[in-house]
Amino acid sequence: MSAVVEVVVAVPKFLYHFIVGDDLVVAIVMVLALAATGVTVANGINSWWLVPPLAVVMTGVSLWRRGVAN
Amino acid sequence: MTGAGVVLLTTFLASVVEAIEMVTIVVGVGATRGYRHTLMGAAAGLVVLVVVVAVAGIALAAIPIGPLRLVIGSLLLLFGLQWYRKGIVRVAARGFAGYHGQEPKEGPPEAAGFDATAAFLAFKGVSLEGLEIAIIVVSVGASAGQLGPSILGGAAALMLVGAVGFALKGPIQRIPRSFLQLVVGTMLTSFGTFWALEGLGVLWPQSDADIVLLLVFYGLSALSFIGLERRARHQALEVVRT
Repeated sequence: MSAVVEVVVAVPKFLYHFIVGDDLVVAIVMVLALAATGVTVANGINSWWLVPPLAVVMTGVSLWRRGVAN
Repeated sequence: MTGAGVVLLTTFLASVVEAIEMVTIVVGVGATRGYRHTLMGAAAGLVVLVVVVAVAGIALAAIPIGPLRLVIGSLLLLFGLQWYRKGIVRVAARGFAGYHGQEPKEGPPEAAGFDATAAFLAFKGVSLEGLEIAIIVVSVGASAGQLGPSILGGAAALMLVGAVGFALKGPIQRIPRSFLQLVVGTMLTSFGTFWALEGLGVLWPQSDADIVLLLVFYGLSALSFIGLERRARHQALEVVRT
């Protein structure tokens, strides 16, 4: 039974660490960017150009926030 | 060339592209996190793949690959961005110090306990790319009525690219881990971006060649960030000294 509890606790913890990691803001913005891409594609706009620059911008924001925090 | 030859060559070449993506992920993750758990994840992905192929058979051609690409691509993008950031910070701090395997202040690649991250990444890479190879093999083989040569082409591509990846394992192991983390982070971010957007229905202007353009784009951006990080560190040190 304790092994089951361990797995139930460990799986969400692992998924959070895997998906979000150390910067929740980056994860949220990237998910929103993917959602926005989905919406624009559904409306006939081939928005391949949205996510890559945003990923770079958010990396810069994350590095800047880390620098300020340190 | 005979019909069988054309089918074999077509599936071989198409499968090589997918196999390169699969092996790149497995070798990159293995070199960064250690091969033991990475190969366990890859093996698990292969088992799942064999089961899916055995159960679905010819019906594989009907599997909608889009949603799978979206889920796996999104996960790779989010995870890849973490390694991308960490790689930038570490390379900016250490440069290429420890080039010949002397990486200070970091544990050995083979971490204690089960490395779920390495296993999960390898599992996803193998299961998604393997599924794509299986779909190529079944679609081309079934539509041409040449399933045998088609399977042969897919298997040959997988074995060839796998052997090349295995041969490169040693040289890759000598690259410093901080730099390797940046390279693998860049690759995962590029593959993740490509697959996630393709899963959303985006049509890449240059098709598969855009993976290379994404690698260049993220790579050059990383170099710019490393330059900025180094300048910021230098300025901070100057302030401390004065």
